[in-house]
Amino acid sequence: MQGGQILQRLRDRFGGAVVDTHEHRGDATLVVDRGTLVDALRFCRDEPTLGFDVLMDLTAVDYQRYPGREDGPRFDVVYHLYSLAQNHRVRVKVRVDEDDAAVPTAVDLWPIANWFEREVWDMFGVHFSGHPDLRRLLMYEEFVGHALRKDYPINRRQPLIGPKQ
Amino acid sequence: MAEPVRRDFMLGEGAGTGSGGQQNLHVGVGPAHPAMHGIIRIQTEIDGEFIRKADVEIGYLHRAFEKDCEVGGYNNAIPYTDRLNYVSPLINNFAYAAAVEKLLGIEVTERCTFIRTVMSEISRVCDHLTCVGASAMELGAFTVFLYMIKAREYLWELVEDVTGARLTISYGRVGGVKADLPDGFAAKMTTAFKETREVLDEVHRLLTGNRIFMDRMVGVGVLSREETIGYAITGPLLRAAGVGYDVRRAQPHWAYDRVQWEVPTQKDGDNYSRYLVRMAEMEQSMRIAEQALAMMPGGPINVDFEGRPIDPAAYVDQGKQGKTEGLLLVPITLSPNLQGQNRAAWNQVNAHDKRVVLPPKETTYGSIEGLMNHFMLIMEGYGIRPPLGEAYFATEGANGELGFYVVSDGTDRPYRVRCRPPCLPPLAALHRMIEGEQIADLIPTFGSVNMIGGELDR
Repeated sequence: MQGGQILQRLRDRFGGAVVDTHEHRGDATLVVDRGTLVDALRFCRDEPTLGFDVLMDLTAVDYQRYPGREDGPRFDVVYHLYSLAQNHRVRVKVRVDEDDAAVPTAVDLWPIANWFEREVWDMFGVHFSGHPDLRRLLMYEEFVGHALRKDYPINRRQPLIGPKQ
Repeated sequence: MAEPVRRDFMLGEGAGTGSGGQQNLHVGVGPAHPAMHGIIRIQTEIDGEFIRKADVEIGYLHRAFEKDCEVGGYNNAIPYTDRLNYVSPLINNFAYAAAVEKLLGIEVTERCTFIRTVMSEISRVCDHLTCVGASAMELGAFTVFLYMIKAREYLWELVEDVTGARLTISYGRVGGVKADLPDGFAAKMTTAFKETREVLDEVHRLLTGNRIFMDRMVGVGVLSREETIGYAITGPLLRAAGVGYDVRRAQPHWAYDRVQWEVPTQKDGDNYSRYLVRMAEMEQSMRIAEQALAMMPGGPINVDFEGRPIDPAAYVDQGKQGKTEGLLLVPITLSPNLQGQNRAAWNQVNAHDKRVVLPPKETTYGSIEGLMNHFMLIMEGYGIRPPLGEAYFATEGANGELGFYVVSDGTDRPYRVRCRPPCLPPLAALHRMIEGEQIADLIPTFGSVNMIGGELDR
């Protein structure tokens, strides 16, 4: 399916929960409401004409210093889906505020979401509610802060830690 | 069934807790283990020889790639991408550059797409040689390792000829490549591929039907088709499980739709299938590279210009004296370390967009406009400035889909660069491949997923 048709299908199904759609540079992008996220992802996976069976990537973007987004929701959690059968892609995004940075987990839909969500938690401090084991993935437990947030300076030092007891 | 570990041997955690003398033993493998290439820690819970539970810990090679990309210009991230996958860095270079090009909305020249195709395929062969060689060595087949490293050496010499370096090549550029292919590249590639094919034949004879090798590989490290897809595993592991997904075929870019090749698949999803897929892919990669080189437009680069080649110093002098009439049309002999970056080559391999690509060196040295153009791209605060927006570009890395997601805020620095690492999904599923199997099987399974710490931990 073409990107426009995918977005049309999703707009028809989710109507008011769709915050925004665009096709910048040919990448079909859907921004949904947080409450509808898991339903939308499940629909993308299970609806035969969409058939997005692979969660290709899951990441986040901190829009704190992005022109036009200084006051808006701070984080976008970004899901890149791919369909092996249909050979098409879609990007699903959900916006969350800093003081309520939590997104429902997608582990029940795709097992890979487990590690991807751990990485997003590690790097951005976005919480995934319902995640079975939300530990840091790349950093160590004692690391203070979330490194890919825009207000985390690149040269910040971390306290030294000794060997584990 | 395994013999339960006797209480006498329980020197570690939980010893003497009164569980009837039978208890699983916790063994940590790694982070630096001699039989595993790559820094990773696997905490295993073993019952005799069998792994009952495993927890994989990664992050030992984290170098803040994504954070570092945000502080420099768009081209400043190219050297970092080399270090993502240090066995096939060219693919990373090109994938990142292509993602930024997609964000900018520019097209590279046809010759450039062919160069990217050829160099990517050479890298893929290097990567598979390293993976198969190293995992064979861990099973005791040291000869195979030496043979394959010998073949890789021929290919790396080829890479060195083109890029000037063996590992940290930084050859890709946004809008093109650093320089054109050197003279005599085709002949050298033919020789290198001939040697590689001989090595592959030898390895096939040594390993493919080898009883010892097959006993260790067949039926080991199996991951079902459904789980492979659920864990978003791509590349040789997915194709070994019977799904013929290859980004080069599914979403053709560069010159992949112009050449004839096949996507090799197997159906069992075990270590042996992965080995077979990688061996078959090397042959296909060489096929692609040979065809692409033969079809490459522009032909060989002619260094014997028909004009009047002059010395760069004299060229600059003439420019200073204001004798600029026709000067830009005069070819000059560039210093050897700028080989392939003169105008004739530049026009063929770079996108013709002054906002993105550095001008050819003659123009930089010979005219004030060229010099200004050069500095406008180099100076902080100017540089390449894509419009607001985001783009995701994926290509087939040696281990699977390698994607770059780039977000621009309209300045000369990327707002966010995300690398979709092909290695992370197989490692997330590693515990599913090793649980229930013997601890010795961990080694071939770990070898077959071909963990590359650089892109896994970024």
